[in-house]
Amino acid sequence: MAQVLPPLPYDYGSLEPHVDATTMNIHHTKHHQTYVNNLNAALDKFPELKDLGLVDLNKAVGTDKLPKDVATVIRNNGGGHYNHSFFWKVMTNPSNTNGPSGDVKAAIEASFGSVDEMKAKFNAAAAGRFGSGWAWLSVKPDGSLSIDSTPNQDNPLMTSLPEAAGGIPVLGLDVWEHAYYLKYQNRRPEYIAAWWNVVNWEQVAENYAAAKAGSVPL
Amino acid sequence: MLARVALGLARDGQSAVPTMTRAMSSIKLPELPYSYGALEPYISGQIMELHHSKHHAAYIANLNKALEQQAEAEHKGDVAKLIALQSAIKFNGGGHVNHDIFWTNLCPHKEWQPPSGDLKALIEAQWKTLDNFTTTFSAQTAAVQGSGWGWLGYNKTSHKLEIVTLPNQDPLSVTGLVPLLGIDVWEHAYYLQYKNVRPDYLKAIWNVVNWQNVESRLAAAKK
Repeated sequence: MAQVLPPLPYDYGSLEPHVDATTMNIHHTKHHQTYVNNLNAALDKFPELKDLGLVDLNKAVGTDKLPKDVATVIRNNGGGHYNHSFFWKVMTNPSNTNGPSGDVKAAIEASFGSVDEMKAKFNAAAAGRFGSGWAWLSVKPDGSLSIDSTPNQDNPLMTSLPEAAGGIPVLGLDVWEHAYYLKYQNRRPEYIAAWWNVVNWEQVAENYAAAKAGSVPL
Repeated sequence: MLARVALGLARDGQSAVPTMTRAMSSIKLPELPYSYGALEPYISGQIMELHHSKHHAAYIANLNKALEQQAEAEHKGDVAKLIALQSAIKFNGGGHVNHDIFWTNLCPHKEWQPPSGDLKALIEAQWKTLDNFTTTFSAQTAAVQGSGWGWLGYNKTSHKLEIVTLPNQDPLSVTGLVPLLGIDVWEHAYYLQYKNVRPDYLKAIWNVVNWQNVESRLAAAKK
């Protein structure tokens, strides 16, 4: 079964003014679409991998489950497809979210002291990722929350990679320049600060519940 | 350039009061050899201004900060700190070195001339035509995952040209090749004008490549 570009759960303009409509449009219809196309092209050549599904494909990165010829393409495009599919869902129009609450808020406070302290660490990871990459809030195998950043289209599911932090992501932020350059140019910290306004905390709570049960949100 | 003498004396314990001189004088943002709009329509003035006055300037500011911290760590003999600073120096030092070369590799289209002399001979020997070279270079450089650069380098051992791509701000010097021409494919280098269509940027930029600069770098490399 071919991978498909998931529709956004909202209009391209829904995250304005924090993330602009043009960026959302190009990000979704061009960048994410390209990852889907490239992934499908690679899977067509290795049809035995099609049955794995997107999450297991990501988990297989860095293992010998992926033939050498296709390993890098899967890492970049399987990663890109998962990451962006995940990303659209953890954002929403600010009127749609009531902020962190319940179990995930308690977990954040337990791991970081407070939501603000978590945000400060997350901001540092996002701003400090050199070049292209992502910042993540993930549930570790021991149930605690941690913050990491990954290069390019790597993600915490790719536990077999040598420098993998590993975990199940509950919140993630794209810091590739294409994610913010049209509106923020070089001012990545400004983008990161504005992005908190559009975080879909209800989705984050769902992601957290799934991750605690050991299943990967998608 | 490194004023190591004072630091050396401090380490040998010969000086009662270690004089901490700054190891290197601060690096300054070089001026562009042309105005921000001079590479239009191939690279927009808006991109050139941001790229030079914000991105390159930031690499320099961060590099200077890291070098100051390095000098202090050296003075204190804090090896752990020296190691911790290495990635900042590589990222920002590489960013500075790469952009320093890049600005000279470009020129307004009205000044464009094709390669000549030794450079032309080497390009034709390896790629038959300039067109074939630029197509090959563009294809390899377009394929860079994430942020990085495409380079034309000179191999002093084989006396040949090589096309190499590198991630992030890794400078070509890490490969042992001499940098002749670098093309930045970080998204900041083209996004405002070309959006996701990196290949269009790579096609356009050949119109503003300063082959005379590339030739003089080759001549210097061959000395």
